[in-house]
Amino acid sequence: MTVELLFWDGCPSHPKALADLREAMSDLGLDPETILIREIREEVDAAAEDFVGSPTIRIDGSDIQPAEGEPYGLTCRVYHRRDGRISPTPDPADVREALLAAQAKPNDPVDLDPSAQAGSSSR
Amino acid sequence: MPQIGEPAPSFSLPATDGSVHGPDGAAATVVVFTCNHCPYALAWHERIGAVAHDYSGQGVRVLAINPNDAGRYPRDSLEAMRARVEAGQFDAIPYLRDETQEVALAYDAKTTPDVFVLDAGGVLRYRGAPDADYEDPSQNAAYLRGALDAVLAEREPDPAQTTPVGCSIKWKPRSKPVD
Repeated sequence: MTVELLFWDGCPSHPKALADLREAMSDLGLDPETILIREIREEVDAAAEDFVGSPTIRIDGSDIQPAEGEPYGLTCRVYHRRDGRISPTPDPADVREALLAAQAKPNDPVDLDPSAQAGSSSR
Repeated sequence: MPQIGEPAPSFSLPATDGSVHGPDGAAATVVVFTCNHCPYALAWHERIGAVAHDYSGQGVRVLAINPNDAGRYPRDSLEAMRARVEAGQFDAIPYLRDETQEVALAYDAKTTPDVFVLDAGGVLRYRGAPDADYEDPSQNAAYLRGALDAVLAEREPDPAQTTPVGCSIKWKPRSKPVD
């Protein structure tokens, strides 16, 4: 599983988002040290990365809260907490749920060694 | 850059309906730089609106100013501001457009939101965040309410200054202040 946190330094929310992400990963037995932290510095980079705001968390390349139709740009991202509040960071429960969903996905078959599959359960 | 205890810059800015507003000698005036797209500004918005409602009977005016570069951030366009006003999100608060960003520069506004409280004489009495935690509605804009209570009682707010928290002002290239 590849977990990425993309941020723009003009928005002060990424430290909290990273802390929430680390905590969720630790709780699920995942190594928070594997998080790929990437800074988006320029508008051109935001366009190239389809970066719609800071922070953005992607798991295996998928945004944990897809924002279709949002323009890319160097800005703070608006999230909605489960209780309806607007927040600069995703709800920790949503982060955890996205990680759980990614954990539950079967591995890509091309990455599997057929001899190792016998008798093993996929995660 | 206005300092606490010194006269704040005067201004006249157009609201979404074309009317013009500025500090006008009200018992206290709250000038809040805000915008449409910033989650911090949105998270604090209802609390600031509640302040406007709760203190209107005591002669307090709240003026919201959007200074962001709408060219790069279309969500902060005048049309988008108007839509929020028409949706009832700015009850009793004129939502002003600082197209040239001169007022934001004069106030040395840093973020959305960034809150300034002026007394009846136009002297700056408080500057900073509405309260200590955008995530906690129970904070209820405590810094701002405390500052207003002090100004209305002719006392010095405590604190008189806090660090504004939010999204950086989206300056036009020619407006960006030098740090």
